Amino acid sequence: MAEAAVLSTGSAAAPSRRRRSWVPYALLLPGLLWLVVFFVLPMVTLASQSLQEGNVDDGYVFTGNVGIYVDALQQYWPQYVRSLVYAGTATVLALLLGYPLAYFIAQKAGRYKNLILVLVIAPFFTSFLIRTLAWRTILSDDWFVTEWAQKLHITDFLQAVGLTSNDSLLSSKFAVIMGLTYNFLPFMILPLYTSLERLDPRLIEAAGDLYASAWQTFRRVTWPLSLPGVVAGTLLTFIPAAGDFINARLLGNTQTTMIGSVIDSQFLRVLDYPLAAALSFILLIIIVTMVSVYVRRAGTEELL
Amino acid sequence: MNESSFDKDNPILRAALMRGLVSRRSAMMGAAGVGAAAFLAACGSAGKNPSSSGGGTLGGTIAPLASAAPDMSDTEKLVNWSNWTEYIDTSSDGKTRPTLEAFTKKTGIAVNYTEDYLDNDEFYAKVRPLLQGGKDTGRDVWCSTDWMVARLIRQGFVQKLDRANIPNVANLSDSLTNVEFDPGRLYSVPWQSGFAGIGYNLKATGGRKVESMTQLLTDPALKGKVTLLTEMRDTVGLVMMEQGKDISKFTDDDFITAIATLQQAKDAGQILRFTGNEYTEGLAKGEIAACAAWTGDVVQLQFDDPNIQYALPQKGFTLWSDNFVIPALAKHKKNAEKLIDYYYDPAVMAQVVASVNYISPVKGTAEELTKLDPKLGKNPLIVPTPEVMSRAQVFRGLTAAEENKYNKLFSALTTA
Repeated sequence: MAEAAVLSTGSAAAPSRRRRSWVPYALLLPGLLWLVVFFVLPMVTLASQSLQEGNVDDGYVFTGNVGIYVDALQQYWPQYVRSLVYAGTATVLALLLGYPLAYFIAQKAGRYKNLILVLVIAPFFTSFLIRTLAWRTILSDDWFVTEWAQKLHITDFLQAVGLTSNDSLLSSKFAVIMGLTYNFLPFMILPLYTSLERLDPRLIEAAGDLYASAWQTFRRVTWPLSLPGVVAGTLLTFIPAAGDFINARLLGNTQTTMIGSVIDSQFLRVLDYPLAAALSFILLIIIVTMVSVYVRRAGTEELL
Repeated sequence: MNESSFDKDNPILRAALMRGLVSRRSAMMGAAGVGAAAFLAACGSAGKNPSSSGGGTLGGTIAPLASAAPDMSDTEKLVNWSNWTEYIDTSSDGKTRPTLEAFTKKTGIAVNYTEDYLDNDEFYAKVRPLLQGGKDTGRDVWCSTDWMVARLIRQGFVQKLDRANIPNVANLSDSLTNVEFDPGRLYSVPWQSGFAGIGYNLKATGGRKVESMTQLLTDPALKGKVTLLTEMRDTVGLVMMEQGKDISKFTDDDFITAIATLQQAKDAGQILRFTGNEYTEGLAKGEIAACAAWTGDVVQLQFDDPNIQYALPQKGFTLWSDNFVIPALAKHKKNAEKLIDYYYDPAVMAQVVASVNYISPVKGTAEELTKLDPKLGKNPLIVPTPEVMSRAQVFRGLTAAEENKYNKLFSALTTA
């Protein structure tokens, strides 16, 4: 009986196996098409555009003008450095804020787990712009936050370390980094949560049984197991933060311009498409390089 | 990161890592795709007149003609109007727009009024790909600032107006009938005019008046509390006039000197930000002590707070207009022209001005305005005296090459 069953499935499996050989590719097709149309083609267009010369009235001609990359870097390197520093700081802050929260949701929240997760995602129900504008109100001079920060001498401290330039919080490096951290925090929390949620509490128990201190348990069990979440979270925070142009515009001042604003203004105001394309490409190259080094150092390169 | 404490060859760890990351990758690729699509939308390489040489002088080359679409005005009683935000009269509860409703009642033409003109450059970037590709923008009329009208005419993106449908245009102010960028007003008629001068908040300046650009850019009492406009012609124009230049005929050097002055002020930390309309919020709160500002905005703020003051610099200030234009392939051209005609009735225009507080381009508005509100009729920022008008200057038209060069210099100032 068992043999017959095996035989019958075997004979049925033969044609289906042949079909299986093309089914996976067919399933990949929409995704691949999507990538070609919305990723590869724009990349090629962008690369070609960056090497063109001309203006909007007369059109752009491909001249292979590589010098534009040198010009772009020479003129705008401070904005690149600034973007990377701000995005990096925001990523570290988001990790410090997000890790305990993600751990709590995953391991301790019990029946409130879903509720808290919804709360983490809730800000996405309103527009990014509105949320950033809300920070202008929160950090404005006539609101209690600034008042208290002044009383507690936090503003003096921020001014001393150069994060603000006077006794208000708005329109400063501090405000821009806060805005970035806030806006991209959910991108940090969610991947951390998925990693930590899978963490088997018995491993932590076992560590305790083996006389590991809380710190040792964290360092040798929890942290390594959450590493995929950490890597994904930091990437999902850092990459969009580095290219962001809203926070710097709404919360910053003229000394905090990030590269995203420069690209935005070159594309939409100056209409210098080649320079804008070159600036975007440089940002892309910097980020891809940094990400690959980072992933290699994090020891998860075969998984990304 | 922590390789020593983390055994990569441990199969359980590997599996955990695998599960954690594989799905995330696809999410990231998707995100990258969306971003890239935005880039594609911004790309486009053909110019409007590829045959003309780069630095053609203004009016030297004949502008390409905008194509007209079959006019559906008679069958579809509709007109699509894109305008700047808060740029039309509203009822006291803010829900209706009385002059628009009256227009619909009078002519039977419904107005699809959209406040999606936030910024000249941004709006241009939005409609250019459509106009370039010979497609209808879905709009029949919008209001562009002088220099943008110049560009739209130069590129053949706007249609000639049919004066037969706009008899009231005879009411157009004499000073605006013949402008450099549109001699004889063939393509455009003004909607509102205004000045760019200096706005300040007495509370934030400590009772100090701010009356010149030099003071705005150098007074230590204002440090870090000054904003300027992202509108290049207003910001650079104000500085050039302060330096004694005539902005209707300045040179490259004049422009560069003004940019250098602005750069100095920026490097000294004097300038908080370059803004569009959004300076009003900061000025009202006192976060901005003084700024380059447009008249209408400040007049509106003054109603709520008498501490808000406006100064028209002695050495000159810019005068600009936002003008009705009808884009190529507009489907309801005649309806749009009827709409323009309607607003060129001084009584109608007075209602608009009473609400937006800018300067009317229509003769006779002042009298109608005085009937509505005698105080407004006397406000020199709304009904400027000849003495005030004599100090106002209009930024000269730029060739494509100049515009490109100046935009680059200005954007290096505002973003770098």
